[in-house]
Amino acid sequence: MTARPAVLRRGTAILWRACQEEPRIFTWSLLGSLGYGLMIIAQAYVLGYATDHVVVPAINNGHADRSALAIALLLIAGVAAVKVAGIMGRRIAAGIMQYRLQGSYRQRIARRYLDLPMSWHARHPTGALLSNANSDVEALWYPIAPFPFAVGVFAIMLVTLGLLVATDLGLALLGALVFPAVIVTNALYARAMSQRVTRAQALRADVSGIAHESFEGALVVKTLGREDAETERFAARSYVLRDALVGVGRLRGLFDPLLEAIPNVGTLLVLLVGASRVDAGTLVRVAYLFGLLAFPLRAIGWMLAELPRSVVGDDRVQQVLTATGDLPYGDVPAPPGAGPLALQLDCVDFGYDGAAPVLTGITAGIEPGRVVAIVGPTGAGKSTLASLLVRLMDPDTGVIRYGGVDLRAFAPGAVASAAALVAQQTFLFDDTVRGNVTLGAPFDDEQVWDALRGAQADGFVAALPDGLDAMIGERGTTLSGGQRQRLSLARALVRRPRLLILDDATSAVDPAVEQAILAGLRRAAGTQLDTQPTTVLIAHRRATIALADEVLFLDGGRVADRGSHAELQERNPAYAAIVSAYDTEGETAGSELLG
Amino acid sequence: MSAVTVAPVAAATPPPLRSVLRRAVGIAPQFVAGLGGTVVLAIVASGGRVVVPVVVQQVLDRGLDGGHAHLTTIRWLVLVGVIAIVATVAANFVMNARLFRATEGGLAQLRVTAFRHVHDLSVLHQQAERRGSLVSRVTSDVDTISIFMQYGGIALVTSVVQLLLATAVMFYYSWPLALLALAAFAPAVLVGRRMQRRLSTAYGLVRVRVGEMLGAIAESVVGAATIKAYAAQGRTATRIDAAVEATAAAQTRAQTLSVGVFIVAEVSAALANAAVIGGGVALAVTGHLTVGQLVAFLFLVNLFVQPVQAATDALNQAQNAVASFRRVLEVLDTPTDVADPGPAGTPIPAGPPSIRFRQVRYAYPGGPEVLHGIDLEVTPGTNLAVVGETGGGKTTFAKLLTRLMDPTSGAVEIGGVPLTRVPFASLRGRLVVVPQDGFLFDTTIAENVRHGRAGLDAAGVVTAFADLGLGDWLATQPRGVDTPVGERGESLSAGERQLVALVRAYVADPELLVLDEATSAVDPATEQRIARALQRLTRGRTAVTIAHRLSTAEAADEVVVIDHGEVVQRGEHAALVAEGGVYGRLYASWTAQRSG
Repeated sequence: MTARPAVLRRGTAILWRACQEEPRIFTWSLLGSLGYGLMIIAQAYVLGYATDHVVVPAINNGHADRSALAIALLLIAGVAAVKVAGIMGRRIAAGIMQYRLQGSYRQRIARRYLDLPMSWHARHPTGALLSNANSDVEALWYPIAPFPFAVGVFAIMLVTLGLLVATDLGLALLGALVFPAVIVTNALYARAMSQRVTRAQALRADVSGIAHESFEGALVVKTLGREDAETERFAARSYVLRDALVGVGRLRGLFDPLLEAIPNVGTLLVLLVGASRVDAGTLVRVAYLFGLLAFPLRAIGWMLAELPRSVVGDDRVQQVLTATGDLPYGDVPAPPGAGPLALQLDCVDFGYDGAAPVLTGITAGIEPGRVVAIVGPTGAGKSTLASLLVRLMDPDTGVIRYGGVDLRAFAPGAVASAAALVAQQTFLFDDTVRGNVTLGAPFDDEQVWDALRGAQADGFVAALPDGLDAMIGERGTTLSGGQRQRLSLARALVRRPRLLILDDATSAVDPAVEQAILAGLRRAAGTQLDTQPTTVLIAHRRATIALADEVLFLDGGRVADRGSHAELQERNPAYAAIVSAYDTEGETAGSELLG
Repeated sequence: MSAVTVAPVAAATPPPLRSVLRRAVGIAPQFVAGLGGTVVLAIVASGGRVVVPVVVQQVLDRGLDGGHAHLTTIRWLVLVGVIAIVATVAANFVMNARLFRATEGGLAQLRVTAFRHVHDLSVLHQQAERRGSLVSRVTSDVDTISIFMQYGGIALVTSVVQLLLATAVMFYYSWPLALLALAAFAPAVLVGRRMQRRLSTAYGLVRVRVGEMLGAIAESVVGAATIKAYAAQGRTATRIDAAVEATAAAQTRAQTLSVGVFIVAEVSAALANAAVIGGGVALAVTGHLTVGQLVAFLFLVNLFVQPVQAATDALNQAQNAVASFRRVLEVLDTPTDVADPGPAGTPIPAGPPSIRFRQVRYAYPGGPEVLHGIDLEVTPGTNLAVVGETGGGKTTFAKLLTRLMDPTSGAVEIGGVPLTRVPFASLRGRLVVVPQDGFLFDTTIAENVRHGRAGLDAAGVVTAFADLGLGDWLATQPRGVDTPVGERGESLSAGERQLVALVRAYVADPELLVLDEATSAVDPATEQRIARALQRLTRGRTAVTIAHRLSTAEAADEVVVIDHGEVVQRGEHAALVAEGGVYGRLYASWTAQRSG
């Protein structure tokens, strides 16, 4: 626990940063909690006043002093009014501060996700990135909720001690013992708690991991009759988690009553110490004040308790916010000319950092309007090459050019306006069919239908109840793998790209439909040479390869051979072996999972 | 006042809450284990908060009689008070420990029961997209309930007891003043209930907005490649900004509403204080109340404020918890669509079984019929290939054969026994499916193979690989059978995963094998190994292969062609090619692709 001071220092820095980012709203919340705290003291004074000037005289004299009673009641009303204002200021402002900070950090993180290159994304698991934006941001700003209150309470505690010194030194000494005791106990509690809660969190992740895996492998579990064995595995971890949580509960069960008991004992000691030293009114006031302050004092503890989590959250959030590797841009607005693009790769090397290079010395030129198939074994670097071609990331060394211009010289958006990649993994947005095809760009319905026709997707879209307006994605219609791929293809086609890259983009489409799609591209290319794209196909089917003018054979991250399919088949045994492996598939249909 | 404290739960959950709780206790009796003792402890424990007002009253009335301090009396009173507080701390600790043991024990039981039940639901393998939500039933939903219990739930329970006890002490001192004080809180109860209802709607909206926001942010991660490739960053950022702002707005609204509850509590407390002082003075003048009792009243009134505030903080969590609880129970209430006849059923007779489909029809729930009366008989030991176009019904055929679901009408028989009569224990022991993706668990090769036969030793695993002619492949693995395969087996290639899945099926030693052929491209060496292993695996067994390659059909004893939900052709490969029809067409397109 030597890390404690560091946590406190870093936690304080986080809180300071929050104040700097939202100074106005923080001021409001601080004023609110100060007002509220002062009214706690005032409430005790009013009560003391009522005891001394109303209650005791009434009993001693047998009749009530009406004006003193009226004053007491007015004071109670006044205190309540200021207290209400204080509560509003503190809670609403602290809430707004917390939500704003969370929101603004989520926006910043998402923007980093949008800006960082795919090579960065490839290094970070999806789940981790999602929790950076979700639970880590939440943890980072969690202490903000009790923060203004804690600052206010701390100030009030000092004021109270000052007033006690003025009242009676003995009572002041008691306050100086009891108040810090509450705070220190709270801090100890927080420290013990954060260790246990962290462990429970790790165990929750374990339990969740088992459930994920077991349900994902449900078919295997079921057909091998492993349900009971799996349940046992899940139960064993669940019980460890249960025991850890019971441990957390016991700690809570010890400290919560203790924290409540300390000020209560303090109140009793006030009676003991004060009875011989101050009058009844003062005694009641001080005893009452101890009781009133007991709860707010714990806000300091809550805030301290959240600091370690906050610091860990900040570490994770900063890893995203300070991540480097953004692609530099130039100012060339678009590749020169019009019509299909000339593509040129010079000595392109690429490796996902630290790991072995994926691509080495790739040099190749593709003339405008050509259809080139890239063929190679799994892991040859085909998909990496596809990502480089549309600048989802930059090569480590070497240059890729469109029409002779280095991709790095283009302005943001210029590459995307000229080239379209249809990736192996289709991704559909939680949006309508139209939104998924246009992605917000101004294409009219006629153009969208044209693209859908080109992708052989017009049939099933027309059959959807709302046609182009049908919601798809997470909350919409469920589409098959082949339908998803065809929509992704339409998204590329509607843009009339000058360079089209299909990364195994028709793998889940029936071969007959695939033929129709690719033939459509070809046919159009035959008639309108000037408007049809240069096309790069990453192919796994012999029929797909057959559509290409030439083949680039990629093996071990290098261009192993290049030529027509027939030539390569003849002269390159490695190529022949790969293609014959595809051959034996002779797929009669697209893939569909059993279950 | 306790009505307000309980209101959140009541407002969020219409009548069935009681039955929900009863169901929970039925599933996990741990929830109420030792409840009686815990309740007694709770009463003692909440006494701690009443000690101070009582001692204050005693000190004022007996220790400071007439302005003179009777120090001995005060010392005794304070000593008794401190002892009482220490005792209540102890009672509190024991009570909390018991409550946490009971609730966490119950929740663990609930979690495990739900987990087991999910494995019996066919939706698990029918709708992959629903898998994530099923995972959250046994993880985050149970966690939410647990967090509520840890942070707010148990405090809520003790607060209610505390209020009851404080009320009792008030009535003991002076019933008219007690009624007056309670009357001051009456408007709060009425206003509070309405507020809680609005608050519960507001929190509900927050949950919806947070869900949408996380969905929008998730797109920027999951769809990163697409967004970048199409320069759609601006559009995505706009959507995220809108979702973030909508979330903050909903949160601010809920927070503002929640402040109302605090205000009501404060105003009520001020009213009560005024009532106690005004009414108390009147009573004191007539000798019905002492100074100490009046001051004690003011202390007791204060006890009413804090639980209301704590309850408001706990409200949001309580709603989440109840919603989560409902979702877990929903899963448990989903009937298993495929029922196990258990020991009362008839086991499949020994030896490779026959297969018979009698007029089997099937329609997916709410969908059109996909199989239109399949009649088929397969003799024991046959190696059958099922072919046909995607969507023709061959996958449905396989699901019915393996009883992942039951036919809408007609019957499937294995070894002469209708599948609905076969106990799962017998079925799972005799019939093994090798799925297309060869799913592996994140452990070693040996552990994965042991899923086929528990307790098989390392030597047995090695032998199994050798039996299928895969000894050479195993030798290439860095740590042999102890090589970890990674998440979902992804350290191995798709083809290698298939190999391990075949060995896993082999050690299970089934008499009926159902194989869903992989379609993914596999390198030639692995391809050959799979073919060799399959050949040895199917030897002497009845085997049904859902074939995606006609080369597989070519090698089978018999081929069945399923098209548009019907068996349209059946026979040996050569005969079917000669016959033409659907198979002839498939064959022609296949040979055309081959010659590319």
